Amino acid sequence: MEATETRTEPFVINLGPHHPSTHGVFRMRVTFDGEVVVDVEPMFGYLHRGIEKLAEGRTYTQIIPLTDRLDYLASMTNNWGYVMAVEKLAGVPVPERAEYLRVIVGEMMRISSHLLATGFLINELGAFFTPLMYMYREREKILDLFDMLCGQRLTYNYMRVGGVSHDPPPEFWPAVKRFVREMPGYIDEYEGLVTTNEIVLARTKDVGVLSKELAINASASGPFLRATGVDWDLRRDDTYSIYDRFKFDIPVGTNGDVFDRYMCRIQEMRQCCRIIEQALQQIPRGEFRARLPHLVRPPAGEVYGHIEAPRGELGFYLVSDNSIAPYRFHVRPSTMINLTTLRDLTIGWKLADLIVIFGSIDVVLGEIDR
Amino acid sequence: MAPIQSAEQTVLAIRPEGLPAFWPADNPWLHALVFIVASIAFALVMVIVFIYVERRGVARFQLRLGPNRAGPEGVLQAVADLIKLLLKEDIVPRLADKVVHLLAPIVATVPAFMVFAVVPLWGDGAMLADLNAGVLYFIAISSFGVVGVFMAGWASSNKYSLISAMRGVAQMVSYEIPLVMALLGVVVFAGTLSLNGIVDAQSIPFALLQPLAAVIYFLAMSAEINRTPFDLLEAESEIIAGYHTEYSGMKFALFYVAEYGHAVAGAAIFATFFLGGWKGPVLPPVLWLVIKMLVVFFVGFWARATLPRLRVDQVMGLGWKALLPLAVINVLIAAVEVLFWPSGTTQWLLVPINIAIGALLVFLWSRTVSLRGGRVEVRTRAEVKA
Amino acid sequence: MKSEPEQKSKRSKDKKRVFGAGIARGLRVTMKGLLGRAITTSYPEHKLVVSKRFRGNEFVWYPARCTGCSTCAKSCPHGNIEVVTRRGNNAYEVEKFEIDTGRCMFCGLCVESCPYDALCLGRGYELAKYRRGDLVLEKEAMQESEKRKPSGYFRPKIEKTLPAQTLLIERAGRKSRKKKESVP
Ligand code: SF4
Ligand code: SF4
Repeated sequence: MEATETRTEPFVINLGPHHPSTHGVFRMRVTFDGEVVVDVEPMFGYLHRGIEKLAEGRTYTQIIPLTDRLDYLASMTNNWGYVMAVEKLAGVPVPERAEYLRVIVGEMMRISSHLLATGFLINELGAFFTPLMYMYREREKILDLFDMLCGQRLTYNYMRVGGVSHDPPPEFWPAVKRFVREMPGYIDEYEGLVTTNEIVLARTKDVGVLSKELAINASASGPFLRATGVDWDLRRDDTYSIYDRFKFDIPVGTNGDVFDRYMCRIQEMRQCCRIIEQALQQIPRGEFRARLPHLVRPPAGEVYGHIEAPRGELGFYLVSDNSIAPYRFHVRPSTMINLTTLRDLTIGWKLADLIVIFGSIDVVLGEIDR
Repeated sequence: MAPIQSAEQTVLAIRPEGLPAFWPADNPWLHALVFIVASIAFALVMVIVFIYVERRGVARFQLRLGPNRAGPEGVLQAVADLIKLLLKEDIVPRLADKVVHLLAPIVATVPAFMVFAVVPLWGDGAMLADLNAGVLYFIAISSFGVVGVFMAGWASSNKYSLISAMRGVAQMVSYEIPLVMALLGVVVFAGTLSLNGIVDAQSIPFALLQPLAAVIYFLAMSAEINRTPFDLLEAESEIIAGYHTEYSGMKFALFYVAEYGHAVAGAAIFATFFLGGWKGPVLPPVLWLVIKMLVVFFVGFWARATLPRLRVDQVMGLGWKALLPLAVINVLIAAVEVLFWPSGTTQWLLVPINIAIGALLVFLWSRTVSLRGGRVEVRTRAEVKA
Repeated sequence: MKSEPEQKSKRSKDKKRVFGAGIARGLRVTMKGLLGRAITTSYPEHKLVVSKRFRGNEFVWYPARCTGCSTCAKSCPHGNIEVVTRRGNNAYEVEKFEIDTGRCMFCGLCVESCPYDALCLGRGYELAKYRRGDLVLEKEAMQESEKRKPSGYFRPKIEKTLPAQTLLIERAGRKSRKKKESVP
């Protein structure tokens, strides 16, 4: 019998843009050797809407609804980052009550965003939607409250330059208090469902380890960075708004693996509850919106305002030419910069891990493609 | 003395004493016809019941209501889905291997229903064929389903499908052995390979006498019928829909029926081997079987609603490193027990002993076997070129 | 700085549990879910009450109050609003008032900017259409009617008259002692 040469050959799969777990329309050109990832080539831009260019033709107020569409799972913090940059540029004072309202909704947004991040992570691990549905339940409660506050569940358009658009209705406060009181119990529930589960541990521990050095070199931010052990949170390290008035811890991981990222998010949610509780106690009465002319016209100059959005540092760079619209509007998207580490994280892992690691970065394509 | 049987009767191994007096046991063809129709009808009805129960049940686990539109409380949902799928266009990829693509769903579906030939569904001996090698028949038939999966994965000319097919074969090969080993423990206790004989031998359900075997069998069975946490074949978040990504319309419906048909068969076999099959007081035997099947299935989808899935190498690791050695040890212990323990009323004493042994073994294994890690060193393209 | 995940991960590394203990914990949680109540509703039969400030998929326009000042049109980020006026006896008459809801993102800036409370957002939400052209709302179609009710977004007077919103936290929250909460 003739000896035939057998050999294996790597093959290429286009994961996405229409794939169940690419968080929208992300595409990876992955080279596999069997099931092992040999090479990853991320490709994005399928959701590009030209928001940065659109913004240059709109007044400062009209840009706020556009920022809703960046990271659409955390629109409140997008609004916040943007109006903060404009306030810095125009030198507008913000009333106390508005700052507290911003902190409350911002932290609620963080909880909601982390709920989705962890929920989808577990889904990508293969759980049949149950943890996700449990987390959706609490997210839904938050969205209900936002709906009560500003009439929308996803694109809030709540913040305004110099304050917020509405004072909450009276029925808002008992609902928030109740939510903050109950939330830790629900977090315990998720932990019971996920944290000690052996399958989750086997799938996430030591998987997709990001080293401190790489994280810093890639200028990663948010829970993704903190999971590696770098203790860096803009709320504390470059205090903005009124975060210096609250006591809260910043959870930090050790390994920088998928499990630590998950754990960091879970712990952060608990801290969010703490912050909201304190804010609810301290919030003063008074104005919620500074009296400003209808059109904001900041002096010529440039500004970079950044906040700790749920997914990392969200920055807005604005250049003004003393007109009613910005001359240049640029977004520093947190997840896109985190995503640049994807290749280093995934090479050598299996197809299943690739999906999980990608999920643990927690990207939102609306922000990446803009 | 057993009555003289015709050749057909011997093949079918009809046991007239288990059937009612008016039964045409002397006419094997009539007997076969009646039982074939009855078994397939039973299986199909159970498929619809399982689909309904799982969809509503999982929905309730997830705090949802589940399908409740078609018919009262949504009982006709499966029928509605079927009609929808029948009316849908049948799409075949241009590069697909047309013949294999067409045959695959059939090959995947048929074994699920063939299993019911040897399962005592309606009572003592009331089955199509009481083969004296029923266990062998079951193992041979049930492992055939993966051929259909592999055919589908190969013929679709889709990379996701191909990955799924590869996974399917690997998983099937690894889990067939612990599955058989677990059954061996039961067979040692029952002393027969006939499924009816095994039910007869269960004065104490084997789930109690052989707890470890029951657990191993349940896990291996979940792997064989692709249910969570071993549903690698249809890992939706990874490989879309796996081997049936490229199927639509009636062919997809067949795969769907096959999936649940295997689940029904698995539950029936588990109930027969470990829960005493049709045995039970008051209610007619077939109802007891259905109840036990539903219990088994409930545990299955409870796990499905709760657990994530393992990675492919972890599934293999679990099969080879944990389930296989445990199953072998279990057979050994069963053999020793049968040898030295006079069967009879004192067999009850074995229940706590075996549960303790099983717990101890699981404890030992969870201390030693770890499924963590799993990174492979690879050379990237750039490195290969350099 | 306290770093809780650090402690947590160390703990679970040191303490190797029996395989299955964590799974059992998870199974218990889902079992609780099974025995609990569903949080979803059967939609077309059971509708939830939307928020008082709901930014719904329609506008309500009051011709009596509108002066045709076009502030709304100017504040719209997408330029969806078209206002054409004609000089009347004493004031401007609005000849054309159209909103292209097909391009609208329901940001509410137009409603916010109207100085005469002549434009409100609506409370309807089941308004899918077959053609894009049908989404352009005209003068007549936009006036208040039985089906077209204004929402309280930036209209506190209307907000007061609307029914309370259904909150999931009240339907699916944990049972707790009723306490009088203060309103800050
Ligand atoms: S809601 Fe916003 S987008 Fe729609 S018409 Fe009014 S201003 Fe324009
Ligand atoms: S709706 Fe209001 S803003 Fe618009 S034209 Fe009429 S009065 Fe002016």
